[in-house]
Amino acid sequence: MIQTLVFLPLLMAAIAGLGGRVIGATAAKAITTGGLFVSAALAWTIFIGFWLNDAAAYTAPVLDWIESGDLKVAWALKVDTLTAVMLVVVTSVSALVHLYSWGYMEEDPDQSRFFAYLSLFTFAMLMLVTADNLVQMFFGWEGVGLASYLLIGFWYTKPSANAAAIKAFVVNRVGDFGFSLGIFATFMVFGTVSIDAILAAVPGQAGATFSFLGARVDVMTTLCLLLFVGAMGKSAQLGLHTWLPDAMEGPTPVSALIHAATMVTAGVFMVCRLSPMFEASPTAQAVVCVIGACTALFAATVGMVQNDIKRVIAYSTCSQLGYMFFAAGAGAYGAAMFHLFTHAFFKALLFLGAGSVIHAMHHEQDMRFYGGLRKHIPITCLMMTIGTLALTGFFFTAGYYSKDAILEATFASGTAHGLFAFVVGATVALLTSFYSWRLVFLTFFGQPRWAASEHIQHAVHNAHHGRGDHGHAHDDGTAGYHPHESPLSMLIPLVVLGAGALFAGIIWHGAFVEAETGAAFWRGSLAFDTHLMHALHDVPAWVVWTPSVAFFAGLGLAWHAYVNKPSIPVWWRNEVPGLYDFLLRKWYFDELYNAIFVKPALWFGRIFWTRGDQQTIDRFGPNGAAEVVVAGAATLRRFQSGYLYSYALVMLVGLAAAAAWMMR
Amino acid sequence: MAVFAFYLFAGLLLTGGVMVISSKNPVHSVLWLIVCFFNAAGLFILLGAEFLAMLLVIVYVGAVAVLFLFVVMMLDIDFATLRRGALKYLPLGLGVAGLIMVEMLLAVGTWEAGTGVAMMPDLGSPPPGMSNTQWIGSQLYTRYLFVFQAAGLLLLVAMLGAIVLTHRRRVGQKKQDIAAQVARTPAGTVRGVAVGSGQGVEL
Amino acid sequence: MIGLSHYLTVSAALFVLGVLGIFLNRKNVIIILMSLELMLLAVNINLVAFSSFLHQVHGQIFAMFVLTVAAGEAAIGLAILVIYFRGRGTIASDQADLLKG
Repeated sequence: MIQTLVFLPLLMAAIAGLGGRVIGATAAKAITTGGLFVSAALAWTIFIGFWLNDAAAYTAPVLDWIESGDLKVAWALKVDTLTAVMLVVVTSVSALVHLYSWGYMEEDPDQSRFFAYLSLFTFAMLMLVTADNLVQMFFGWEGVGLASYLLIGFWYTKPSANAAAIKAFVVNRVGDFGFSLGIFATFMVFGTVSIDAILAAVPGQAGATFSFLGARVDVMTTLCLLLFVGAMGKSAQLGLHTWLPDAMEGPTPVSALIHAATMVTAGVFMVCRLSPMFEASPTAQAVVCVIGACTALFAATVGMVQNDIKRVIAYSTCSQLGYMFFAAGAGAYGAAMFHLFTHAFFKALLFLGAGSVIHAMHHEQDMRFYGGLRKHIPITCLMMTIGTLALTGFFFTAGYYSKDAILEATFASGTAHGLFAFVVGATVALLTSFYSWRLVFLTFFGQPRWAASEHIQHAVHNAHHGRGDHGHAHDDGTAGYHPHESPLSMLIPLVVLGAGALFAGIIWHGAFVEAETGAAFWRGSLAFDTHLMHALHDVPAWVVWTPSVAFFAGLGLAWHAYVNKPSIPVWWRNEVPGLYDFLLRKWYFDELYNAIFVKPALWFGRIFWTRGDQQTIDRFGPNGAAEVVVAGAATLRRFQSGYLYSYALVMLVGLAAAAAWMMR
Repeated sequence: MAVFAFYLFAGLLLTGGVMVISSKNPVHSVLWLIVCFFNAAGLFILLGAEFLAMLLVIVYVGAVAVLFLFVVMMLDIDFATLRRGALKYLPLGLGVAGLIMVEMLLAVGTWEAGTGVAMMPDLGSPPPGMSNTQWIGSQLYTRYLFVFQAAGLLLLVAMLGAIVLTHRRRVGQKKQDIAAQVARTPAGTVRGVAVGSGQGVEL
Repeated sequence: MIGLSHYLTVSAALFVLGVLGIFLNRKNVIIILMSLELMLLAVNINLVAFSSFLHQVHGQIFAMFVLTVAAGEAAIGLAILVIYFRGRGTIASDQADLLKG
């Protein structure tokens, strides 16, 4: 069953990708979507087995791969509770995104390629989460990176899309480099790359040190930090985050699938899967926690001032990933996975909802040109409101349970970095609430502002040409354009995800986060600290109420600034232009990286190209040889003067020389 | 006596050679060449090869040198332009020539007949009483018959070559075209015409 | 006594003169042809000298053939010269560099 689940998307991707032109777009879409729904059904079956029926963990071998000395790597699919959770997340969101893309990508000429890439991505992600050993996980890791590149750059005729795809891939590569070093170091220390074997041997290595440049360095800390670098790259943590906002160049379903629910959560998954290793290294845990917290804060501040609807949601994703990481760093791996689970639902919902808005607004993405859309696209409005409620942690939504669990766990962990994370997390909850409601108010409330939008004018122009009625004067800001609701294929996934965003918390928080039920649920698939989970309930009351206070404060601020008195944001921007620019330009990270890494790299490359390749290798190699031949021929040509007497002279000189040689 | 003759002939020979190459006037060069040939013939006689000496005089002087003279006279040569620039190459020329000379003398000085080379007396020395001409003839028409015939062929070819090279087509010359003559048929040449009396014929 | 080496020296000197003649007369093709004749004559003297001193007839026979060939070659050479002159109007050979590489 697990083999079918994992390999069906690959098969469908191959058929749709290679044979798309033969079987036609509709058939390609049908088989990929159908395959994904089958996989999703299988995944839910497995998950329910672990959740309700006490299924046992198992490993399904597939193929032998490498056997070289001590290194034995085999393709095998490991299924335990953690895997089951991820399977459900990946396949469900992927199936819904496939369905959604029927409507969203309707007018695109390359649909079979798109669906093939989506299924390919799903396959790689499934390989990642079912990986039995680190090398297979790395294969999946790289596979999702590849799929991300292909999908971000799907509209490859757009230069900005190409640049974004390359940026994503390269920044991921930096993370992958750290990950590879981590794998190598792990193999060196443990002698195996099989995850089960490693995790079993961790207690023996806790506290071991090795000598590096004359100092003693803790082994487990080093391993965990190297592996975490990989997680930073894949999950867009502070430092390797620059690719995530630009990845919005891809189509919105891609953003929903990859950059909200699945690929970016691979880092969190990896940390949770290797949680026993992290438990053996308090330093690494502190680093993870602090970086997660800083990322959350950074992304929230930047998300507050963005004008592109997708970018706000992207920074929101980055911020929530920070939440997951600082939960893991505080030791609450179950809470981190719970937030991953619920976040997949409401973040995918938000992205797909944004896609619906974009679709209705004829591909206009700037929120300054929205306004008052709730009258025109009510279902989308409702769904996005549900998603925002979940994200900001309104009572009894999914996000409420997971966010509360995280904040309480960090407070209860008692460590310094836990406390820091709690403070930051609470602040970020306020900011999250603010920018999420800002998005809703700007988009769905207020007066229509889309008359000035180029996309809308384009649409109106075409429509008028089609219908032939001119001279429509509109001064209500609409320019005669009326957005319409999305087709059913786009609305059904929204509704399904909306249901998940509302009810997933209530249904599953016991299994994921509560002490006894949690321990029974996870069954050793990650390091579940029952003591900590008990302590969750013993935190002071103000800690419990903090997220809700943050929710209302943010909602109130956003309502005041964007519905009540819309002049406030403009006033703020004029008051503190420096701060505004700093936030708008993403804390100038891109400019910093450009100066530190990109320009020197280009400079190096140019030096190697002109001096090394052209002037040295080419000069002494092919070009030089050619020039020597030409010069030599030019010299030798002087003997061929065409005059008989010089030929006779040369002959006689040769004769004299030969005679001299003979008489030696 | 022979010694004096040798030195006389040799000296004139070499002098003539020098004058051939350094004469301004090509006609003078040819005449000095003739002097060289005569003195070489004299040397041949001293060596006992009188047939060859006469051959030299008749063929070389009588035919080749005269041919040279013909050509020199026939071509309208501008002498003045011809002498410029010869001295530039004199040092190099003398150097190479000197080197070759030295080499040849070295070769001459150290030459010995190889061991084991049998001098076959029945081929070599003339039978008593036979003159030089007879001696040459006895070998030429027997052992060297093929080469002799080949030499004749060579001369034929040379003759043909000279004619073909310098042949000029004359314009307006009437010649026979045998092939056309043979290929002529009555149909293309003769035409039967019925002529009325007193009418005449259009040609 | 006049020995073989005297004749051979004369022959060598005459040959060298012929060589020199080729070098020095770049412009006059006729002199080149005549220098060739000188060289051939030197070779003939060599052959006949050896023939005489070894009491063999072969040298003379060979000298005869050299003579034949020299005659033929002189004829053809002069024919070529005539055509060359017809084409150019001069026998200066330092213009004849069509084979220049």
